[in-house]
Amino acid sequence: MFLTEADLEAIWLTIRLAGLTTLILFVLGPPAAWWLARTRSRWKGPVGAVVALPLVLPPSVLGFYLLLAMGPNGPVGQLTQASGLGMLPFTFWGLVVASVFYSYPFMVQPLQNAFEAIGDRPLEVAATLRASPLDTFFSVVLPLARPGFLSAGILTFAHTVGEFGVVLMIGGNIPGATRVASVQIYDHVEALEYADAHRLAGVMLAFSFIVLLGLYTWNPQRKKVA
Amino acid sequence: MKTRLSLIALIFSCLGSAHADTVAVAVAANFSGPMQVIAPVFERDTGHKLNLAFGATGKFYAQISNGAPFELLIAADDETPARLVKEGQGVAGSAYTYAIGKLVLWSADPKLVDNKGDILKKGGFKHIALANPKTAPYGAAALQTLSKLGVGETLKPLFVQGENIAQTQQFVATGAAELGFVAYSQVIKNGQIGSGSGWLVPGSFHNPIRQDVVLLAKGKDKPAATALMNYLKGDKAKAIIQSFGYDLP
Repeated sequence: MFLTEADLEAIWLTIRLAGLTTLILFVLGPPAAWWLARTRSRWKGPVGAVVALPLVLPPSVLGFYLLLAMGPNGPVGQLTQASGLGMLPFTFWGLVVASVFYSYPFMVQPLQNAFEAIGDRPLEVAATLRASPLDTFFSVVLPLARPGFLSAGILTFAHTVGEFGVVLMIGGNIPGATRVASVQIYDHVEALEYADAHRLAGVMLAFSFIVLLGLYTWNPQRKKVA
Repeated sequence: MKTRLSLIALIFSCLGSAHADTVAVAVAANFSGPMQVIAPVFERDTGHKLNLAFGATGKFYAQISNGAPFELLIAADDETPARLVKEGQGVAGSAYTYAIGKLVLWSADPKLVDNKGDILKKGGFKHIALANPKTAPYGAAALQTLSKLGVGETLKPLFVQGENIAQTQQFVATGAAELGFVAYSQVIKNGQIGSGSGWLVPGSFHNPIRQDVVLLAKGKDKPAATALMNYLKGDKAKAIIQSFGYDLP
């Protein structure tokens, strides 16, 4: 076999993590993006800055404070314990929560751009046709912003696949639960198993290229149709 | 006047640095505590400067093999220095054991770990942290200890692994893992375990954690690098190393 059993497990885990994170952010991202695109509030700047913070913070910093927050003495940890969910560090769901934080700007920013590009006009037309705001969102905004959703989804997914520092800090390297592909490659390198590292890295490289190729060739066509 | 004085000072400091050299040293994570104490003493005694980088020995190996500008490797094991010598990256005959590491089962909770390590058999915890046994000598020693106690297989599902011993200690210090195997040097304070609770694992439970230092090819002809090689064998360094709970060879 080209890849070892453990490598395949790590890849499958990575895909599940990235997929779930993207799905969750498709729910959590659009409201914030919509608000940021439409608001005239003076809070727009500060909120936008907070959303973008994970872009700037080193993942190790983010991971360390997530570990503190999710640990038994942290506020999140006490909340999850009190609600009977148990502890988040060293679990798959802990990684999901961390990835949602970490990849949030990759969902919000493309969506915000897409929403802003729509402008006021289509919304005003919809309103004169007596469409409710909700109706407007689903039958006007969503179709017009489809390229934005596509790139937001792909970017979020790809960024979660490439995540390393945060996972390292809160994961604990457990096979099948927190040992994602990037950590597996790191382990191979540390153990001087360079051939294994090359193989897995090659697979990651091919995957990333295909995803980005999809993003950059598919999206302009969409725009032409729109 | 002021600028002229500072100009003179600048010239003198440049002259000074022509004699004193800077040594780039790669230091294993578990030895970061003692090295931070040794460094200023060494710098005062010899006038040389140290540039310290802390991290996992395996990563340093990869970096050194690919041209990293380190002149000295203070490793967490004896295999990596030996391998570097064999591959021509380390100076032949320069490697020696500067310390023998001690393993501690440690918890941030002051009541959790008894002084015989019975908790490993009793259980009652969800996670036990150790350094990656594949890459970190302290992790391998932890695994040997668990097998020796006959609980290696039963506890395996509870393992959480740090990439190096520093990260492993972080897992335990934050309480995210209730207990874990760390280096004694990380938790020692005034000759005993500083906080929480711990069990100093007897050396007979695992292969000795021999930590070697090696002069690297890039430091071969540098007096400052040789000076540090010798300094680590000296009485001052030895006393500091011992005060951090290491055995001496």
